[in-house]
Amino acid sequence: MGGGSHLLDLFIIQTVNGVVTGMILALVASGLTLIFGIMDVVNFAHGELFMLGAYIGVVVAAMTGSFWLALIAATLIVAVLGAALQITTLRPLIGRDPLNTILATFGVSLVLQNLALWEFGPTVRRIPEPLGSSFTLFYLDYPWYRILIAVLSALIIGGFYLFLKYGKFGVWIRATAQDRIMAQAMGIPVPLVYTGVFAIGAAMAAASGVLFAPLSGVDHTMGLDWVLKAFIVVVVGGMGNLGGSIAAAIFISLLESYATIWVDPSQAVIVSFVVLILTLLMRPTGLFVATPK
Amino acid sequence: MSALETTGPLADNPTIAPADSVEPLIRVEDIHTYYGKSHILHGVSLTVAPGEVVGLLGRNGVGKSTTLKTIMGLVKPSHGTVMLDGNAITGMPPHKLARLGIGYVPEDRRIFRLLTVMENLRTGFDRAGVTDEKRKALLDKVFTFFPVLAERRSQAGGTLSGGEQQMLAIARAMMLEPKIILLDEPTEGLMPRMVSQIHTIIDTLHAEGVAILLVEQNVPLTLAASQRIYLMEKGTVRHQCASHELSPDHPIVKQYMGV
Amino acid sequence: MTTVPLEKLSPLAKPRKSRLSHTAVFWIGFCVIMALLIGAPLLLPEFWRRLLTEILIWGLLAMSSDLLIGYTGLISFGHSAFFGLGMYGAAGALIAFGPPNLWLALACGLAGAAGVALFVAFFSTRLRDIYFAITTLIFSQIFYVIIFTWTAVTGGENGLIFTRPHLWIPFLYDARFTSTTMHWFVLAVVAGSYLFLRRVTQSPFGMVLQSIRENEARTRAIGYAVERYKMMSVMLSGLFAGLAGVLYAIQNQFAAPDFVYFLTSGDTVIYNVMGGIGTLVGPIVGAGFFQLLRDLLSRMLGDQFPYLIPLGVIFIVMIIFLPQGILGFARRWLNK
Repeated sequence: MGGGSHLLDLFIIQTVNGVVTGMILALVASGLTLIFGIMDVVNFAHGELFMLGAYIGVVVAAMTGSFWLALIAATLIVAVLGAALQITTLRPLIGRDPLNTILATFGVSLVLQNLALWEFGPTVRRIPEPLGSSFTLFYLDYPWYRILIAVLSALIIGGFYLFLKYGKFGVWIRATAQDRIMAQAMGIPVPLVYTGVFAIGAAMAAASGVLFAPLSGVDHTMGLDWVLKAFIVVVVGGMGNLGGSIAAAIFISLLESYATIWVDPSQAVIVSFVVLILTLLMRPTGLFVATPK
Repeated sequence: MSALETTGPLADNPTIAPADSVEPLIRVEDIHTYYGKSHILHGVSLTVAPGEVVGLLGRNGVGKSTTLKTIMGLVKPSHGTVMLDGNAITGMPPHKLARLGIGYVPEDRRIFRLLTVMENLRTGFDRAGVTDEKRKALLDKVFTFFPVLAERRSQAGGTLSGGEQQMLAIARAMMLEPKIILLDEPTEGLMPRMVSQIHTIIDTLHAEGVAILLVEQNVPLTLAASQRIYLMEKGTVRHQCASHELSPDHPIVKQYMGV
Repeated sequence: MTTVPLEKLSPLAKPRKSRLSHTAVFWIGFCVIMALLIGAPLLLPEFWRRLLTEILIWGLLAMSSDLLIGYTGLISFGHSAFFGLGMYGAAGALIAFGPPNLWLALACGLAGAAGVALFVAFFSTRLRDIYFAITTLIFSQIFYVIIFTWTAVTGGENGLIFTRPHLWIPFLYDARFTSTTMHWFVLAVVAGSYLFLRRVTQSPFGMVLQSIRENEARTRAIGYAVERYKMMSVMLSGLFAGLAGVLYAIQNQFAAPDFVYFLTSGDTVIYNVMGGIGTLVGPIVGAGFFQLLRDLLSRMLGDQFPYLIPLGVIFIVMIIFLPQGILGFARRWLNK
């Protein structure tokens, strides 16, 4: 194997890997940026909703043997859970200092994490892959399900975008985001919109969790790394900027994937930190925002 | 709309004389509203009969906008009641009031700039009980009133001119099929040509039986378009009478508009 | 309109209790509590002695965090980095330079924490609210990753173990720490830090910080170099957090990367909220409350019980219904 062509192969493989994880990250970050953009809430518990989605997926998959049912069930159940969380812990805090919601969602994340630990124990769980076959990518047997996961993520994000643009609830969300007061004056039930938005964001996190689960194991700490990365993506992409989050997610995932060619994966995360620092220094409103504000 | 008694210019407690004996559409009674520590409204009372156009005049800062906001539930009064059709609505959330039939057109319009004209209108007619025919009828009416909105229906609200945005703000409120529209300084910043257009719109709405509570700095317009006038000063209503009893250079008007 | 100094908010400043000035009451209360804390180790069994010492250390960490959250209005998740660097700095001094010297450990720990604080302060202080919080969190993680993976220097996942230095007061005392003298040493450091920080919050500098918390834009408009004050606040806060780290290292004789993980900052913030933001002493109370509650739960329900579930719920409930924390609640109750 010639050194040069080997590197190129590796590069292409890592590009595919980067896009796959990037799409999942984009889905997670979309939910986070949606919640922030519409409700001004920094949802620290987002990673735990991701984690819960994965666990519910594990349980449903074990019961029914179907990946698809697991995906649907986890998404719906966590959506309801998200709505319940918003109503009990976030609604009372509306109008108060944003500090309070950061702390409250942090508290929720602790509770959810430990609930998962208590319920499921520390051993890593697995979800069976939705597709068994693989294709040959250079010298690798590259599993098809990875491509499937990326496509599914893209479809979910795309579907959500269409919903936002054309659906009635989508118009309500966009109106509320622009002018909460006038949205109310037009009869839009803003408290309900907030609950709905949080539920949608939670659902997106849960779906990402199920999609990600076949790639690695499911354990109660998986949310932590993801929430961190999702926050970086949201800041780099521009808070509240859906398109920016998607671009940033893929960008950062690609860079990290390439980095793993040379360094250990646990060190590759530094890449995302560096990108964040650079963004904050040079373009704090977001690298992928059209015009810096 | 019967003529009401004229109270003296310095009366402390202007009486609320009911129009005939029909329960007014809107009854505001002794409202006190604070912004933080500032006592803005010191006991405001007024009524609007069904289908009536009532003008609310006064200098800047006397609390006219705050009165509208209190009626709309955007601000909670610390004291007093607001009633709609005889039912207390004080402190109800704005989105419920919009559904009950109160339309609100704020100062500086506040249309949804990133939504298209159509989407702006949609926020008004996207509600329960609006059939496809009703929706079409509403849109037709609004586009007849405001042809320019029909032209620009796919454009983002923020790209419209000031006058067009004002029209959109009113059209949007009309989508709610309101019993009353709270109009806050609709002619501010508009060219004279547009001012007369606003007058026409108010007249048309009145002809359709929609009540209007009009807050304005433009005295001639207000006197021409309204049946009754309230004059406010320092957070309270100081004088009320039929609009035909006043003229722009009437001493009472001069006193409260302070030009 | 400057913020009202904390004293004037004291419930004891009411006219009918004006026989004693507030300062006098403060000092009396302080001395009473100090006496209790000094006497405690002589009366308590070993386990409680150590617990009390640990509460003081976590209290110091939370107190340093309060300077940022309660007085400057900046919520920081970066304290784990300051704490951790203080810990590892002390560890480094105790391992690299023999014989193990208490003051060298202190110096190195503080230097390490100061360095990190400077770094973090530089990047974060130009940001507001949420971005500041996230950035400090990221920085915690950066240091976590560095410490976790630089195994040669930091011992990686396993951390570092080292011997405790003597309690050495030049010319006066030189002997190994007992748990009692350790407690007194920690108490001295924490009490001293408290008095120092209290002085700072009451100084003109402290007033500016509170003004920044109340209304940053207005403070800037008046002419204060807000960024510089924020930086100073972060550095001061980081220094005392590092000090807590040094104390922890000395008491427990190990340093581990877990403490640098941002969750430690999270715990700190919990102590702050539970105890009462902006009171300096509140966070210590919060730390105590948390640790005692945890101990209670594990006694009642067994070691394996995930105490963080009920504690987390209590925390959330407190944010919603008791945002002033325990101390704030006590204050209002006393006011009646």
